[in-house]
Formats: sequence, C-alpha cells, structure tokens
Amino acid sequence: MKKTSLNRREFLTRTAQRGALVASGGLLWAYLLQQQAQATATAIRPPGALAEADFNASCIKCGQCVRACPYDTLKLAPVGDTAAIGTPYFTPREVPCYMCEDIPCKQACPTGALTPQLSRINDSRMGLAVIDIENCLSWQGLRCEICHRECPVQGKAISVEHHPRKLSKHAMFVPLVHSEACTGCGICEKACPTDEAAIRVVPPDLVQGKIGSHYRLGWKNEAGITKDFKPAAKIKSPDDQPAGGLDYLNKGEL
Amino acid sequence: MNTAAKENKLGPNGKPVRPFVMPKSMRGKLSVWRYLIYRRTLQITILLLFYGTAHWGWNIAETPIIVGNLSASKLLGFIPLADPFASLQIMFTRHMPQNELLIGAAIVLGFYALIGGRVWCSWVCPINMVSDLAAWLRKRLHINDNFRLSKQLRYSVLILTLLLSTITGLAAFEWVSPISMFHRELIFGVGMGWTAILGIFLFDLLVQRDGWCGRICPLGAFYALVGKLALLRIGFDAPTCTHCCECIKVCPEPAVLNFSKAAQQGMIISGECTNCGRCITVCPEDTLQFRYRFKTSTHQPAHSNPRLTTGE
Ligand code: SF4
Ligand code: SF4
Ligand code: SF4
Ligand code: SF4
Repeated sequence: MKKTSLNRREFLTRTAQRGALVASGGLLWAYLLQQQAQATATAIRPPGALAEADFNASCIKCGQCVRACPYDTLKLAPVGDTAAIGTPYFTPREVPCYMCEDIPCKQACPTGALTPQLSRINDSRMGLAVIDIENCLSWQGLRCEICHRECPVQGKAISVEHHPRKLSKHAMFVPLVHSEACTGCGICEKACPTDEAAIRVVPPDLVQGKIGSHYRLGWKNEAGITKDFKPAAKIKSPDDQPAGGLDYLNKGEL
Repeated sequence: MNTAAKENKLGPNGKPVRPFVMPKSMRGKLSVWRYLIYRRTLQITILLLFYGTAHWGWNIAETPIIVGNLSASKLLGFIPLADPFASLQIMFTRHMPQNELLIGAAIVLGFYALIGGRVWCSWVCPINMVSDLAAWLRKRLHINDNFRLSKQLRYSVLILTLLLSTITGLAAFEWVSPISMFHRELIFGVGMGWTAILGIFLFDLLVQRDGWCGRICPLGAFYALVGKLALLRIGFDAPTCTHCCECIKVCPEPAVLNFSKAAQQGMIISGECTNCGRCITVCPEDTLQFRYRFKTSTHQPAHSNPRLTTGE
C-alpha cells in the first residue's frame, strides 16, 4: 500500500514536472515565433505572395521560387537576415523583379503561398514605390525622371506632372507614383541615380493611409454626392454685393 | 573491453556469452561499419544532389535533378516531394496547401510508412551526422549524462508543435527547426543556422546522450508514429541471443531493444527504431538481421524461445 502511494506521488510529481517543462518551453517558443513573424513586416515578397500573415503560414520555405527566377532576384532568408527565417524576399536596390510574363516563381511554388490566382504580372502587388521628394533630383528642379522611363508599367505607375517652381518661370517635372498601377517590382528603385535611392519600394501597409468611408468626395465622383443635399437658399441682404473697389481683378483692368 | 566478467557466463540459451570484438582486418572492419558507410553515403548523396542541382546545374536531359530542399522539392521536374510533418503543421495553421504539396507529402509519407518512419532519421536527416559525431565523442571522452529527459518528451513536443501552429498561425516547428535551417542554409546560403547545429552538438555531447534526436525532436516523434506499421524491420532470432547486450551499447534508442518483446515478435517492433543497422553488425551471434515484417519465420517465435522454456 505504502509503496503504491509513494509511486503515485512520484508519478504525479513527474507528470507535473514534465507539464511545467513543456508549458514553459511552449511559452518561450510561442514568443520566438511571434518575434520572427514581426520581423517580416518590411520584407518585399515575390509576386503573388499572399497577405503577410497568410504567406508566413503557408510558405514551406523550400526555395523553389528562388530557383525558378531567371534573374536571381529572390533570396531565401538565412537565420539573422532582415526577413524572417527561410522565407523568400528580394532587395530591389540589388536586383529588382523584372516582371516575367509567365511568372515562373509563382508557377514553381508548391504550397500556393504565391497564389495561383495571379495570372497577369501587372496585377501583382509586391510593394509600393514611394518618393522621398527632399532627395529626388526631379523635385529639386533637375530633369531626371529616370524612374518614370524605366517603370515597366509605363506611364501608369509613375506619371510626370508639372509643378511650379520658386524664382523661375520654368516649371518642375516631377514623378508621382500611383498605387492603383504600381506592382512594387522595384525597377525604379534600382534605376534611381541618387546615392541612396530617392524612390523606394516598401510594403504598402507601411505607408498607405486610408480615408474614412464617411468622407464623400463629391467632386471626384457623382456617387459621392449626398442625394438629398440641397444648398441652403442664399440669404439676400442689402449689403450682399460685391465690393466694387476690389473687383478690378475680374474686370480685365490689368 | 569489459570481457573478463562475462567470460564464463552463459546466456539464457545456454551458450557462452561472447563479447563483440572489432575485427583486426580492414575487411572485417568495413563489414562492421557497412551500414554506417551506406548511411553516410546516402546522406551525403542527397545533400550533394540538392546542392549540385542548385549550384552546378546538375540535370538529366535538361531537367534539373532535384530542386528545392528537404522541406519540399521537385524531383526530375515532375515528382513533387514534401515533408509531411511540415505540411501537417501548415494545415494546423488552417491554411490548405495546394494539391502539389499534398501529393508530395503523401508520397514521402507512404515511402517511410513502408520502410520505417525513422529511416528518415538515420539515413536521410543531415542532423544525424552531427548527433552521431557527438555520441561518438562522448563515448571517447567518457562523458556521463548529468541530466535526464524522458524519451516520451518528444511526443509532448509533437503535440505542442501542432497546438502552437494553430495558436500562432505559423508552422511552429518549421519556423525553428534546426534541421530545415541547416539544410536550407547549406543549399541557399549560409547565415546563423549553424549556431543551432552547434547547440545540438553541445547538448548531445555534454548534457545528454542522443538528447536531441532521442528525446526532443518532434519530427523524429512524428516518424516514430509513422513507422509503427512499417514492413522493413530488424529481425530478432531469439534462440541465438546470449544477452551479451552489445547491441544495446551501440543503439541510439536502447529502449527499443527489449529482448522479451523482441523474442515474442521475432523482430524489433517499436516505431522508435531507426533501422540504422548498428546493432546488426556488432552482434557476435548474428541474431539481428533486416527482415520483412510478415515473412513466415523459420523459428517458431514465443514457445521455441529457450529463454521461456529452459532458461527459467
Ligand atoms: S516575376 Fe520573374 S523576375 Fe520577378 S521574381 Fe518572379 S521570376 Fe523573378
Ligand atoms: S516556392 Fe512557395 S513555398 Fe517555396 S519558398 Fe517560395 S513561396 Fe515559399
Ligand atoms: S529616378 Fe530618382 S531622382 Fe530621378 S526622378 Fe525618379 S526618384 Fe527622382
Ligand atoms: S515599383 Fe517602380 S518601376 Fe515597378 S511598377 Fe512601381 S513604380 Fe513602376
């Protein structure tokens, strides 16, 4: 009898010890995983990559996409790299994605982490180019616009607009990126002639804002106009007349 | 060796207990090492095939031989292969992988289910070379265990892996696996992955013999379960066994060599056996041999076992 109860006690202690070991190990492990997942927030993924959390869950880190890329664009992050352990990413300033029409990286992916639903490379959203206007040559008034000319989504992802310039009759021609067309391939970042690229591709989440749905931009589209909007009737008052003396600008007197 | 004490002893079968003696001739030595040599050859060949395909463009008729790594790959351009445990973890994150991965995982799973789950461990896994080296050195340096982890711990780690995969939404073991890290970095460029290997080496060397592979690794635990029904087994010819225990000394999973169980079954039945063949070549009585699970054995098991009839 005595022996059984001792054994049982020992058994219970052992079970408890093991449980504690597994639980504490598990907590530490979960923490490590969380840390790793956060590290990926800045990585630029291959075309067709699922949203970051889904991508991290689905990718098995096999590197078949890396091997399929004819330009050696993609890398599989070794431990201690900027992207999370073993996941594929690329650094546009080194080698951008040249946007192959047949998307071989996506075709090679066995898991679907690079989604088979991506059929046209122009629909991919690897990142979004943003311009540092304080260091962009064009924004200083020089005629660069290299990014605009190199962009494979010609004229749609980067347009060149003119912009008035102080102390000069000549306008500036400045590049502007349009998120609805930019694929995030990074060819612009690679091409930018400044010492540190003045145009860079970053994960859209990190830079894109969102207008609240309660803003109705009626001047941009009809649907934005509130249906029952009626401008208040003008209040007529005797003083409600243009100040004659100040109206010379509109009367062609200049 | 500690032969003096055993010199005059008789085994349960009435025959004298002979110790294992390493043969003097090179031929004899090679024969003792034969499975070790086969295993290393296979392990290194697999590594080389991946590496050669990736870096030296190895191909057969323009088709790359094997692209990817041990987590998932494509053999000869059309046969998908995938780590079934990694695939299972992905499914536990509630993401359904594409068919290609599922088929690859099924092929690999089927293969190991037939020839022994832990054949992966001793014949393919690159960590095996590290842990074998640690075990060998530990024997040389006479380092004793100063700490004991249960052999069952790995099954808890296995369950924890699946649980954490669901909770964190990341394939929990794949994200920290030193096996995948090591193999990936060998093929895709080296980072800090080797520190994990060093960790395993030191743990196995200084803390606990076969600590990683035999007690912690959930992939080994997974394959131990897969191998429960495998057809390729280490056969145990009970009447010839003198219980010299040479096999137990070399086995990385000694609990697996349970003589009474093995005698009953005529083979080693535990899924934890890695089919490495170490025991076969040190057995002085040729008791142990690879065998097919369902072969009609020449010896009647149980009741013709001298241990159970005369040896009492
Ligand atoms: S689309 Fe082409 S260039 Fe871009 S990552 Fe894929 S394979 Fe490489
Ligand atoms: S091919 Fe797919 S699963 Fe493999 S590393 Fe690339 S994205 Fe991940
Ligand atoms: S290439 Fe660079 S410097 Fe030139 S316009 Fe574009 S962002 Fe500016
Ligand atoms: S990343 Fe640059 S080059 Fe590529 S689509 Fe966007 S703007 Fe064009």
